[in-house]
Amino acid sequence: MRTTRLRVDRERCIGAGMCALTAPEVFDQDPDDGLVLLLHAEPPTAHRAAARMAVGVCPSGAITLDEPEPTDS
Amino acid sequence: MGESLHTVTTLPTTRRTGCPFDPPAELIDARRHGPISRFTHVGGKPGWLITGYDLVRSVLADPRFSSRKELLNVGDFEVPPPPPGEFLLMDEPQHGRYRKPLVGRFTVRRMRLLTERIEQITADCLDAMEKAGPPVDLVSAFAKPIPTMVICELLGVPYEDRGSFQEQIDTFMGGEVSDEELMAAYTATQEYLAKLVAAKRANPTDDVLSELTDSDLTDEELRGISLILLAAGFDTTANMLSLGTFALLQNPAQLAALRADPALTDGAVEELLRYLSVAKTFMRTALEDVEVGGRTIEAGTTVVLSYNTANRDPERFTDPHVLDIRRQSAGHLAFSHGIHQCLGQQLARVEMRVAFRALVDRFPTLRLAVPAEEVDLRPETADIYGVKSLPVTWDKEE
Repeated sequence: MRTTRLRVDRERCIGAGMCALTAPEVFDQDPDDGLVLLLHAEPPTAHRAAARMAVGVCPSGAITLDEPEPTDS
Repeated sequence: MGESLHTVTTLPTTRRTGCPFDPPAELIDARRHGPISRFTHVGGKPGWLITGYDLVRSVLADPRFSSRKELLNVGDFEVPPPPPGEFLLMDEPQHGRYRKPLVGRFTVRRMRLLTERIEQITADCLDAMEKAGPPVDLVSAFAKPIPTMVICELLGVPYEDRGSFQEQIDTFMGGEVSDEELMAAYTATQEYLAKLVAAKRANPTDDVLSELTDSDLTDEELRGISLILLAAGFDTTANMLSLGTFALLQNPAQLAALRADPALTDGAVEELLRYLSVAKTFMRTALEDVEVGGRTIEAGTTVVLSYNTANRDPERFTDPHVLDIRRQSAGHLAFSHGIHQCLGQQLARVEMRVAFRALVDRFPTLRLAVPAEEVDLRPETADIYGVKSLPVTWDKEE
């Protein structure tokens, strides 16, 4: 079974900090350049909703999410 | 298609009497007709007005739309390029050259470290306000001094110098003066900042501007960057604090809920950002023919993006004209979207959380000292919407 997997593109990142604000358990910002740091490429269930929201609010499209199709819908 | 195309000929200059927080009726009406309308720029050039959330967001994220000032196509006149450092009006790679060295200085973590200092500044303002009133003008006692002091400390601008730039910035952001007056205020601020940059180069201190002198940026570029940071750093937050307080006072149930539960503060800040959208409109120019919402925007055409109607789009936010501090407002466009999304947004959030919290805790009986219709608001022509003065009063204890 595939799991939820996040990827970040530091080239695209503009350091707005929306990910670190929205899902602080999953994302942080590099203290030097302010760009995204991915703490958990495969976030635990408890943080998946926040991670998904972080993908949605990222202003530069620097975060992508591969998610398995839900089986119960 | 057969769908008729709505046309907006000029941007409205006022809001409906009694509805100071709602976007102008003409813009809400345009959104009702669809997310994109034909539009004529003030200089006579044909353009487009985008009022719907999804379309505004997609244009902001689309590199085929340019922010370059000199490409603005609004009338039969040449628009000069922005001065070096004013990166809001540039595309990549110039934009990144100026933004990148700043990003690490404005992270979520760094801004949160300022919480204690901002609490102190806020408490000092509230002490002075308590001593001076009631009544007081909340704009001059609270909404302006807090962000001004914070951005001054961060950039390394002496707070005693605020008289030299605060009024000028107010003048060129306030939308109520002639072009000559506007240019004079802008030039005066630039001159002040040129002196400041020279002073930082000669004697660096512990602040962002001094640190930037240690890069390959020229004095002229540093001046432009400082102007953006200073103007954006205080005028926007000052108006969010004053207009936000006004909105809370006009929504007593929301204010009572916020007062009763500090856990609602973060959500209240996001909702006020969405609901008020003080940075109302921005422009982009198509670099090639682009299809947007079923219409072709031709290369070289400038579009106006209406953030306040996008943030009130019923397809994105349920009951959008209701201020509801418990709603999920994430995704609002108050700080824009795309590569130009506000650099200082995390600072603004910390300032608003601290300041609104302290204000509602300190003055449980805070209320307007004049009828709401008499509150002096900025016109729509202002870059940033807001309140010019907000007379408030409260019950003194004992």
